[in-house]
Amino acid sequence: MAPLFRRRANSLAVVILVGILALLVAISVFAYVVYRSPYQTDVGYAPEQPVPFSHQHHVGGLGLDCRYCHSGVETSDFAGIPPTLTCMTCHSQEWTNAEMLAPVRQSLTTETPLSWTRVHDLADYVYFSHRAHVNNGVGCESCHGRVDKMPMTVQKAPLTMKWCLSCHRNPAPNLRPLDEITSMGYSPATDGASGQMLMQRYRIHPDTLKECATCHR
Amino acid sequence: MSHEPQPLLPRELTHARLTQRISDLVLHQRSPLGWWIALVICALLTLMLLVAIWVLFSTGVGIFGLNIPVAWGLPIVNTIWWIGIAHAGTLISAVLLLTRQPWRASINRFAEAMAMFAIVCAGMYPLLHLGRAEFFYYLLPYPDTMDLWPQWRSPLVWDFFAITMYLVFTSLFLFMSLLPDLATLRDRATHRFQQYFYAILALGWRGSATHWARYEKATMILAAVATPIVVTVTGIISLDLSVSIVPGYHFTIFPPYFVCGALFSGFSTVALLAVLLRSLFGLRDLVTDIHLDYLGRMMLLFGLAVTYAYTQEMFTAWYSGEDYYRYVYIDRWTGPYAPVWWSMIFCNAVLIQLLWFKRVRRSGIAMLCLALTSNLGMWLERFQIVFTSTHADYMPANWDINWPTGWDWAAYFGSLGLFGFLLLLFVRIMPLMSMHDMRALIALRRGGRDDG
Repeated sequence: MAPLFRRRANSLAVVILVGILALLVAISVFAYVVYRSPYQTDVGYAPEQPVPFSHQHHVGGLGLDCRYCHSGVETSDFAGIPPTLTCMTCHSQEWTNAEMLAPVRQSLTTETPLSWTRVHDLADYVYFSHRAHVNNGVGCESCHGRVDKMPMTVQKAPLTMKWCLSCHRNPAPNLRPLDEITSMGYSPATDGASGQMLMQRYRIHPDTLKECATCHR
Repeated sequence: MSHEPQPLLPRELTHARLTQRISDLVLHQRSPLGWWIALVICALLTLMLLVAIWVLFSTGVGIFGLNIPVAWGLPIVNTIWWIGIAHAGTLISAVLLLTRQPWRASINRFAEAMAMFAIVCAGMYPLLHLGRAEFFYYLLPYPDTMDLWPQWRSPLVWDFFAITMYLVFTSLFLFMSLLPDLATLRDRATHRFQQYFYAILALGWRGSATHWARYEKATMILAAVATPIVVTVTGIISLDLSVSIVPGYHFTIFPPYFVCGALFSGFSTVALLAVLLRSLFGLRDLVTDIHLDYLGRMMLLFGLAVTYAYTQEMFTAWYSGEDYYRYVYIDRWTGPYAPVWWSMIFCNAVLIQLLWFKRVRRSGIAMLCLALTSNLGMWLERFQIVFTSTHADYMPANWDINWPTGWDWAAYFGSLGLFGFLLLLFVRIMPLMSMHDMRALIALRRGGRDDG
C-alpha cells in the first residue's frame, strides 16, 4: 500500500503542534497588551467639548484654584461641574463678545446648562467619592494629572482596578498635607510631610481600604 | 498473573479474528437498529439540555430551584454524581492495569470513554450554576487589570483546577490507550477519508518494537499518575462540602467516603455499559458473564464501603454531642426529604446484598437492574447530602424547603442524553474494545512471547 503521507508530513506535524502552542502564547500576549493599552483604558482620551475650555489657561495661567469651579469636591461625592454663572463671574466682564464663548452666553440666556462630555468615566459598579479622597490627603493631581498643562482636558490615568489598588494597598507615598491638595507639581513622596505621619494624621487604616465593599457597595 | 485456565476469551479467538471483528464494527458494519433508536432519544435529550442552557443564560439562574437556604441545588448534586462516574472510569482502567488484571482488556476502553464523557457532563454544571457564566475565567490566576488573584481558600477555585486537570488527564489517557488501535484502523480502512482521519490521529504509529517499548512505559506512568489524581480530585470535590461548617457537610470522613461512592457508581456504570454494549454489538463472548462477575464483586465491595461510611457519619453526628449535627440525622430520617434518604439506603445498602450471590453477578439483566439502582442510589445520596444539610442548619428562622424545578430536571436528563449521545458516537468512530490489550491477552493465553 502506498504511504498516505509524504515525508514532509513529519515536519508539517511538528510545525502544526508548535504552531498551536505559539498561537496560544501569541493570543495571551496580545490580550495582555490590548487590555493595558489606551485602546481599552482610554488614557489620552480628550473628547471635543461644547466650549474648548482650557485648564492650562485657567489653572496654569491665571492660577485659579480647582475648588473655585469644582466647589462640591470637599463636601460631595462628585466634584461637580460649575454652573454657567460661575463662568460668568469673569466672562460677564472679560471676552464678552468672543465667538468661542457664544455657547456659554446662550446657556445663560436660555437657562440651559452646558452639556460637557465626561472625560473620567468610571464603571457603574464602582462608588468613587471625591470627598473621601480630597479630605484624606489625596490630591487632584494624583488622579487627574497636571491639569495646569492641559489645553484640552485629557484622561491621564488608566482607571483600572489595578491602578486604584496600587494606591489603596500602599497609600502613604501618595498623601499630601491638606494645604497641598489642589497644588500642581507637588510630589507627595518626596516633598513636605512624610507619608507615615500623614497616615496617622488622617487616621487611615490600610486594611479598610482593601475591603471589597469600600468601592463596590 | 493467575495461571488458571482463562475462561475470559473464547478458545478459537486469534489475533486476526479479534482485530477483524472489532475493527469491522467501526469500519464496515452498519449501525444496528438499537443504536439508531438510542441515538435519536439521546439527541432529543441533548436538544432539551441545549434549550435549558439557552433559557438559563437568557433568563438567569433563577429558573433553577436554587435559593437560600439551599443555595446549591441540583446542579451541584449532578456535578458530584457525574464526577464520581468519571473518576471510576479512569481509576478502573489504571488500577487494573497496574495490578495486571486480565479481565481489564475487554472493559477498559469504554470505561475510559465513560470517564471522558462523564467529566464533560460534570464540568458543565458548576459553570451553569455560576449565575454569570461569562465570568468563569475569574477563577483563573491570570494577570488581570483588576490586580486580583483567585481566592485560594475557596473550594470553588480548587474545583476548577481539579476538574480542568482531570479533563486534560482523562483525554490524554483515553488517547494514549487508543493510539495503537487508531493505527490498526488506519491500516484496515478502505475509504480515503477514513484512512486520513485515522492516520492523522495515529500520529505516525508504525508498531515498531521501539514504539511499543516507549508506549508501555508511558502507559504505566500515566496509570501510576492516574491513581493519585483520581483520589485527589474526588477528595477535592468532597472538600467543597466538608470545609464548610454546615452540619451534615462538616465531616472529616468525606474524602474517602466520596472516593468509595465514586468507585461504586463508576463500577455500576461500567457494568451497565458492558451489558448494553455487548448486546447491542453482539459481543457476549468477549464481554463475558465472568467480567460481570468481577464488576459485581467490585460493586459489592464499594457498596459496603459506602454503607460503612453512612454508619460512621451517623456515629460522628451522635458522638459530636452537638444538637444541630444530631438533628440533621433526625431530619434525614423523618423530615421532608426522608423518602430520599430511605430510598438511598434501600438502593445502596439493601439491594447490593444481592451481589453476594454468584447467579446474580453472572446474570446480565440482574446486573443491569442493580447498576441502575446503584446509580440512582448514589444520585440520591448526593441529593440528600446537598439538600438536607442546608435546608435546616444553625438558624431555625431560615429553615425552608427547596425542590428542583422543571428546568433542573431538564438539565439533568439532558446531561444523561448528552452522555449517551457522545458515547454512542464514540463507539461508532473508535473501537469500543481495546484491540491491542485484547491481543496481548490472547498472546498471554498461548504462553507465547508475542508482542501482540
